[in-house]
Amino acid sequence: MSWRRWINRAEEPVEMDALDPAMKQALGDFKTSVRAWSEAAYHRSRTAESVVVRRSWRLAAGWSLAVALLAGTVSGGLYEHHRAQVAAQVAAQREAEQERALAAQQAQEAAQQEDDVLASVDMDVSREVPSAMEPLAQLGDEGESQ
Amino acid sequence: MAACTTLEPMTIARADERAAEFERVVAIHRPQIFRFLLASTRDIDLAETLTQECFLKAHRNWASFRGESTAMTWLMRIAINLQKDHWRNRRMQFWRQTRTNAVDLDEASDWLPSGETSQEQRLLARERVSQVWHAVEGLSERQRTVFLLRFVEELELTQIAETTGLSEGTVKAHLSRALARVRGELGGKR
Repeated sequence: MSWRRWINRAEEPVEMDALDPAMKQALGDFKTSVRAWSEAAYHRSRTAESVVVRRSWRLAAGWSLAVALLAGTVSGGLYEHHRAQVAAQVAAQREAEQERALAAQQAQEAAQQEDDVLASVDMDVSREVPSAMEPLAQLGDEGESQ
Repeated sequence: MAACTTLEPMTIARADERAAEFERVVAIHRPQIFRFLLASTRDIDLAETLTQECFLKAHRNWASFRGESTAMTWLMRIAINLQKDHWRNRRMQFWRQTRTNAVDLDEASDWLPSGETSQEQRLLARERVSQVWHAVEGLSERQRTVFLLRFVEELELTQIAETTGLSEGTVKAHLSRALARVRGELGGKR
């Protein structure tokens, strides 16, 4: 069946005169249509200038957008960098203050401790009089009174 | 030295003559080459570009054109080769540019034969033209070229064979298959 169809296709007459009226009409219309279209297109006014202008506007708009995006990205990055720097400075300052406060507290505590030790030593020295030396001290006192 | 001085004006005169001859060829055949390329591509800008390229190439090789074939056949051969190169390059660069400016088949069918008078006749003519365009769209590149050269440019089979570099028998076979497709399209839509 397909073989027969292929033969039939291959045997299609190729001369215009040998074609049936419907085919002739269709092919004639097609030829006239293509020729009319081609004629109109061939003599159409050229729009090269407007195309160039439009393209240049598009180009300018594209460049502006690209520059704006680039500027936004760069300024965003710079701002972020600056913010990070400030935050780091504040954190460092706070840490330094904390360290200073801790050191002061430690120094105060050490001084207090030292004072306490000295005070206890003083108290111990003033209270504890050796009993073995007590009579000698009394004799000294009596001699002085005579 | 004396020979040079006598030959020079002759050479210049011959070159002028050749240039004038080329100008005449351009004036006569440019619309036909454009029409063939437009029908092949359905893209006005592309057809214009390829027509320009065709005549540029012809101008470069005009000195080597010996007139063994007609100027029309020679130019048409250049146009067909340029068109082939274009599609080959396009296939190779499909990732670069996928958009095409080719007009829609229905839009191409809007150009109607001017002889139709009544509204009904115009509608029928439009339908027929549209069906032929659809058939042409389904043809292979070679079949389409042969079909357009025969039924739009009205070249003889021998001229088509010369233009395409095919044998006359092969041209007939391509035409026959193209016509069978057109017949199928016309019959299928009835």
